[in-house]
Amino acid sequence: MTEKVLSPEQVAQVFREKFGAAVTDIRITERREGAKKKPNFNIWIDIDRSILNPAVATLIDIHFPHFSVISGVDTGEAVRLIYHFTVFYGHPGSECTVSFSVNLPKKDLTVPTISGLIPGAVFSEREKQEFLGVRVTDIPDGRRLFLPEDFPEGVYPWRKDDTGLPDGMIKELWRSRRPTDRPVPPAGEKELCELPAEEAPPKEGSS
Amino acid sequence: MSEEKKSPYIIPIGPTHPALKEPVMFTFRMDGEVIRDVDFAPGQTHRGIEWMGMRRNPVQIVHLTDRICGICGVSHTLAFSRAVEQVAGIEVPERADYIRTIIAEFERIQSHLLWAGVAAHELGFDSLLHLTWRVREQSMDVIENLTGNRVNYALVQVGGVRRDIVPEQHRIIEDCLSTYEGLLGKLLDLFLHDKTIAMRCRNVGLLSKDDALKLCTVGPTARASGVNVDLRQDYPYCAYGDLDVRAILPDQHLGETRGDVYDRIVVRLLEVGQSCGIVRQCLSEMPSGEITAEPKLAKLLAICKKARGEAIGRVEAPRGECFHYVVMEGKEAPTAWKVKASSYSNLMSWIPMLRGEQIADIPIVVASIDPCLSCTDRVAVVRSGSRSILTKDDLHRLSVEKTRRLQQ
Repeated sequence: MTEKVLSPEQVAQVFREKFGAAVTDIRITERREGAKKKPNFNIWIDIDRSILNPAVATLIDIHFPHFSVISGVDTGEAVRLIYHFTVFYGHPGSECTVSFSVNLPKKDLTVPTISGLIPGAVFSEREKQEFLGVRVTDIPDGRRLFLPEDFPEGVYPWRKDDTGLPDGMIKELWRSRRPTDRPVPPAGEKELCELPAEEAPPKEGSS
Repeated sequence: MSEEKKSPYIIPIGPTHPALKEPVMFTFRMDGEVIRDVDFAPGQTHRGIEWMGMRRNPVQIVHLTDRICGICGVSHTLAFSRAVEQVAGIEVPERADYIRTIIAEFERIQSHLLWAGVAAHELGFDSLLHLTWRVREQSMDVIENLTGNRVNYALVQVGGVRRDIVPEQHRIIEDCLSTYEGLLGKLLDLFLHDKTIAMRCRNVGLLSKDDALKLCTVGPTARASGVNVDLRQDYPYCAYGDLDVRAILPDQHLGETRGDVYDRIVVRLLEVGQSCGIVRQCLSEMPSGEITAEPKLAKLLAICKKARGEAIGRVEAPRGECFHYVVMEGKEAPTAWKVKASSYSNLMSWIPMLRGEQIADIPIVVASIDPCLSCTDRVAVVRSGSRSILTKDDLHRLSVEKTRRLQQ
């Protein structure tokens, strides 16, 4: 573990050089807030699932990362898992997030565990198994985490396909979906005002 | 009379228990008085908030995030708003950044004082519980003055804040800060120089720096184990970049770091003083100007509806890193939303902390990470060995039946 702080571009370069084509895309976004507008950097690295563990190991070589959480998105054909880490904490103003994104096609929803490198990741991996229906191979503890014991098998709350929550499982449906026979509060389609062309919001990540 | 039947034996504590402030299920494998192994099951309070959020627009979600936690209502809303602002490219006015910082620090003050009271109570020191909670009231009064509410502040909105801080309020805030700064020495003295507290907390619930890193702990729990991590220092957001905040580590005050319950008390109490300083600095340096990027909600929603992309919003909540990940794809509701509360990262550290401790240490060690699990939605009942789950409907039915029985 080196204590040298690299710039976000240097971190990106390490992954580009080491993994070549298995890294499909790297994006760096920044955000500046407050009066002095000091920047925060976020590094987004899209990788193939085969290099998930080597990528985490490479990150550990750069600086032992803090692992935050795994996010998941049902993109229709696939489930995308995003592993959020941060490096260079302890160095004022230098911390940046590193998010590895892996795409799992729905035909083969398996991903290797990273708990061998980061033991605390088991917690989040257990959550992804029950909420997105992915299978984490070699997970040391594959039990349910948040869902009750009597929750049915094969139903995954965050999926947007047939395996998502059926309407029958939602109590008092009107609370989550508005009735159709009355206006939609607080801002329905008609109430939205059109933005003049010059006020159109800039794209993601700009500051 | 086989000896091996006696040890180890299992003690379940939870899902609700007088020793736990919030529901979680613990299973302890005991060897005499000593805890050999621990397992825990969270989820006794899961409300499906992310599922609800993916069916609502950002302005509606802001009021949902206020209610994720009763203590850190600002942190979740701030983290979510920061994520949405980054996706939509909304520039927050500087004055709003300062107001957000002030309310976030008041939240830290009241949360740490609340925790200090709980810790005193878990040790059986109830006079100190009442003292700290009485002292805490003043910060709650200031929060009520600034936001209109004691909890669920509804101050932060996507793009800024909903209420300004006017000059007349500066005096009320200053009164509170000077009271706390005067009291802090007394509180530190009561907690750190009390023989009983030292005996109960020194070298109890140890978490090594190595374990703290590997188990991904955050906030005061990580700092008490010597991990130099504080988002306000490392990843400055809102006004923190202007203020030069530094992480508080126990060795700065005590000369060494042991990573025990005592160190966690030290870190939290010193952070109360630090927060007072931050609020004072914010008040004196607060720039003038707008408090929100877009006061018209319909227009704000139109901007959010056009936004595409993904972003991370991170905030140093009283308990540590609060993390929100948002994906928006040009629709009213976000495509994906992941909430990582600070306790999510801290729960795993219970296992090394509790191993080897005694039954009587369970409440204070469990409370020492300041866990936040929120209100329950169902109950598990163990009856003659078989476990069954009673839903709210079942409980309601039982309750009605009992009323009817009594009426006969």
